[in-house]
Amino acid sequence: MDDDLVFKALADPAMRQPLDSLHARGGQNLADLTTGHDMTRQAVTKHLKLLEKANLVVSEKRGRERLHHLNPVPIHEIADRWIGKFQRAPLRALADLRQTLERKDS
Amino acid sequence: MTSRFFYVTYIRTTPEKLWAALTLPEHTKVYWTCWQESDWRQGADWKLYLPDGRLGDSGRVLEIDPPRRLVLEWRNEFMPELAAEGASRCTVEIEPAGETVKLTVVHEIDRDASKLITAVSGGWPMILSSLKSLLETGHALPTQPRP
Repeated sequence: MDDDLVFKALADPAMRQPLDSLHARGGQNLADLTTGHDMTRQAVTKHLKLLEKANLVVSEKRGRERLHHLNPVPIHEIADRWIGKFQRAPLRALADLRQTLERKDS
Repeated sequence: MTSRFFYVTYIRTTPEKLWAALTLPEHTKVYWTCWQESDWRQGADWKLYLPDGRLGDSGRVLEIDPPRRLVLEWRNEFMPELAAEGASRCTVEIEPAGETVKLTVVHEIDRDASKLITAVSGGWPMILSSLKSLLETGHALPTQPRP
C-alpha cells in the first residue's frame, strides 16, 4: 500500500473526522457520516473515496446501502515500521554498555 | 445489531502461500504464536490453541474454498465473559490484486457492544502485520506451500 496516501489522509482534519466517527461506531452509511457535521454529502463522499484508496476505510454493500468500517491495519503497519526501529536504539545502547563494562572487568 | 470488524491488508505473495500461512500450524506459530487444529472440510471441528497449549477458541468450518474463502464459527473458550457471548463468525477472503493479494478478515457477532469482538479487534491488526512482513520478507516460511 502507498504510505503517502495514508499520511496525507491522516494529516487532514476533515479526513480524520469520519475516521473518528467510524472508530466510535463501525458500519455507518453515507447519511450517518454526514449527519451532525458541517460537511456536504459530496465532501464526505470525496473524503471516503480517498480514505478507501489509502485502505484506512473499507466498505461493503449491504442490501441497498454501503456501510463503512475503519481498517486499522495501515496505521498498525506504520507503527510497526518505526516503533520497532526506535526500540532498537536503547537495546543497542544497553548491549554496548554491557560490553564496555565486561571488558573493564576482565 | 451486529458487532463487526473489518481488516484489509495487501501482501506481495500468492493466494496459495497466503492460504498455507493462515492455516498450517508451522506457519501460524511463527507470526501468531497460536495454532489451529482442523480437517479443513466444511462442517469439520476447528480449534485454536494458545501458545501455552490451552484451548483458546473453538468452533466449526462453515465454508471453505481454498485458497479463496474460509468462514469459521468461532467461540471463545478461555475467558468466561467472552465465552458467554456464544458463537461469532470469522470470514477470511483472499483475492488477487495486481502484484499483490488482498486479504480481508471480517470478525462479527450478532449482538451489540460485543466484548469478544473488542477483544479480537486488538489482536487481528497485530497478527496481520506480522503475517505480511513474514510473507514479504520470506523469513521463516517455506517458499512452497504444502498441500
